[in-house]
Amino acid sequence: MESPASVAAALTAEGYLPDERIAQVVYLAGRLQKPILVEGPAGVGKTELAKALAKLTGRRLIRLQCYEGLDEAKALYEWNYKKQLLRIQADSDRDWSEIEDDIFAEEFLLTRPLLEAIRSDRPVVLLIDEVDRVEIETEALLLEILSDFQVSIPELGTITANSTPLVVLTSNNTRELSEALKRRCLFLHIAYPEADREKEILLHRVPGITEHLATQIARLVRSIRALDLKKAPSVSETIDWARTLLALSIEHVDEKVVGETLHVLLKYQTDIEKAAKEFATPAASST
Amino acid sequence: MIDLLTDFITELRAAGIPVSMVESIDAMEAVRHVDLADRAGLKAALGATLVKNERHYQAFEVAFEVFFAHHRGPVPGEEHSGQGPSPNGSQQAGSGGGESDLDSLLESLFQALFSGDMASMEAAARRAVTEFAGIEPGRPVGGTYYLYRTLRRLDLDALRQRLLDAVLAEVDADDQLDQRLAREDVEAMISRLRRELADEIRRRLVADRGRLSVARTLRQPLVEDLNLMHATRSDLEEIEEVIEPLTRKLAARLARRRRLLRSGRLDFRKTVRRSLASGGVPLDPAFRKARPHRPEVFLLCDISGSMATFARFTLQFTYAMAAHFSRLRTFVFIDTVDEVTRYFGPGIDFGEAIGRIATEAEAVWLDGHSDYGNSFARFEERYGPEISPRTTLIITGDARNNYRPGKPEVLSQIRSRARALYWLNPEPRSYWDSGDSIMGRYEPFCDGVFEVRTLRQLEHFVEQLSLPGHLVGTRQGNPQPQAAPGR
Repeated sequence: MESPASVAAALTAEGYLPDERIAQVVYLAGRLQKPILVEGPAGVGKTELAKALAKLTGRRLIRLQCYEGLDEAKALYEWNYKKQLLRIQADSDRDWSEIEDDIFAEEFLLTRPLLEAIRSDRPVVLLIDEVDRVEIETEALLLEILSDFQVSIPELGTITANSTPLVVLTSNNTRELSEALKRRCLFLHIAYPEADREKEILLHRVPGITEHLATQIARLVRSIRALDLKKAPSVSETIDWARTLLALSIEHVDEKVVGETLHVLLKYQTDIEKAAKEFATPAASST
Repeated sequence: MIDLLTDFITELRAAGIPVSMVESIDAMEAVRHVDLADRAGLKAALGATLVKNERHYQAFEVAFEVFFAHHRGPVPGEEHSGQGPSPNGSQQAGSGGGESDLDSLLESLFQALFSGDMASMEAAARRAVTEFAGIEPGRPVGGTYYLYRTLRRLDLDALRQRLLDAVLAEVDADDQLDQRLAREDVEAMISRLRRELADEIRRRLVADRGRLSVARTLRQPLVEDLNLMHATRSDLEEIEEVIEPLTRKLAARLARRRRLLRSGRLDFRKTVRRSLASGGVPLDPAFRKARPHRPEVFLLCDISGSMATFARFTLQFTYAMAAHFSRLRTFVFIDTVDEVTRYFGPGIDFGEAIGRIATEAEAVWLDGHSDYGNSFARFEERYGPEISPRTTLIITGDARNNYRPGKPEVLSQIRSRARALYWLNPEPRSYWDSGDSIMGRYEPFCDGVFEVRTLRQLEHFVEQLSLPGHLVGTRQGNPQPQAAPGR
């Protein structure tokens, strides 16, 4: 990763088309060794970015999917108490103080994604997905690993990283993340792509699509996003739609096609109706 | 560079963006890794390190444009040679610019937009600013005026029509969908041109007056600090977007604080009962659970003319927090009062509910001018008996009573039955009691009167409200003879 341009080229080669801001922030993250916090609406390719990064650097991707109720034992580490018990029973004739030292050894430690990421000998890409889903208190678990790449385990002491992972956090912005977390990250907002970029993405991701169709789809999607919808179509839905049209061997989109295939793009009935009113009936086309 | 960055960060902070010490160090570090000639790269680097909230990005962009404005080389066809903006030259050209010039300029703009050639569009925009904006050096204005002057000469409507005709001529006349898309393309191009013009004008202002001064003129409040009463349409959309994340954050904070307050007083009986298991030694004390404090809230909103937007946000915000109240009832009034709680069922579309209130609620009795006195009297008459000592009343309004009888004694009567009464006034405190505002006459009967003009202030108020022993510490206005009802 020598320059933003080479990052962009490498990402493109992996099938992820970055815009300038994305390439620049990824480049900086590599240089400054800081986590990237990626924010944006669902389906603009936040997780894809992390995957593409893993492919591009040839690193293993370790993924921590966040959810409400995620705790230390699931994110960081846990003691394998069954094994510890067995050990105690097997050694019942030995002196307690010896056993005590034994059972809090690394062999009884179950590593969870965060610990695994920093204990790995080869550098990895750590993806902490949908970090806005955990409670604000749980966020604190992440702080040590994000700023110092280390984990403190009371019984063992501090485990520092063998290799510096490239960390990507994603957030759908359903709630505001704490200042402490944000401060430790580089911030990257990914919005819906401009029509031109979306067209490029389509050309890239949907083999066999014609330039004309891609342009038309990108423009239509831009126009649909401008409507007041419950859930605007995401990039992945756009790609699905393009694939559908291709499978139906449609080369030119008109009102009829829109009316028949809109459900691929939009997932709420009210949204479909609204968009159908705007685009699918010839009468309503003038603004 | 360090000086420039420090100034820049100071400006960001002045615009209300919180930039911490660590973040500014990160920014300095990041700048070392980027090619300073690459403006977009610099912007991305600074944006990623300094701005951690997309809502603040726009303010950042404005400041960035001002601080790191780039100077472009001369444009072919521009009469001034030499480097970039030259304010003195443009002043003379301001009133000049013959008709033939205008025509050729419009023609090149049209060609540039039609072929999608952004570089020549920018060049043409620069020429337009040079010739028509008539920038006067040293005048401390924000640039809107110059933009207006340029646009007046350019006549964008005509340009749009011409573009539209040209574009539409290329698409199939029967294909309605294509036509619509073409129209949107033209719109996008025109707004791009407008943006370019505005950018160009700003660049010249910076060259003329220096960045610090221009940044100060251009500084705009963040969404949280927008004045709710004077918000423009686009402001309103922005506010709408942030309300939900804001309330979620607030809800999380409240839930946490409540958890911390969880343990209550010692439950003696239970402790003794438990101690039997350990031979009478109270090893495991039991505590009475503190009952969660969830006030019953009556919202009373003035929805007359100018107050409507404000009432809307108050409603929206309060309803987003409804889980923290045991019950929430809503009343609207102009010169009489009506209950509208039924419009806010679960899962309701908020805009729709507001629309229905506007058409269906009977808030007007006589002439549709605010009458607080009558509204309070009617409220007392119809809903008075339902107010209990658990009820917290919140009134939103500017207390501009159109010189009608204010009947503060009715308010006093209502207050005596409720747990607390708060008044949110979206007008600046200094306007109160001027003209027909009778805030001062109501104030003695309120437990607190708050100036709430921005989302930030609203958030603060709601947070206080849903905490136990609410608002005791932050009471503004006159102290009350009755102590705030604690427990």
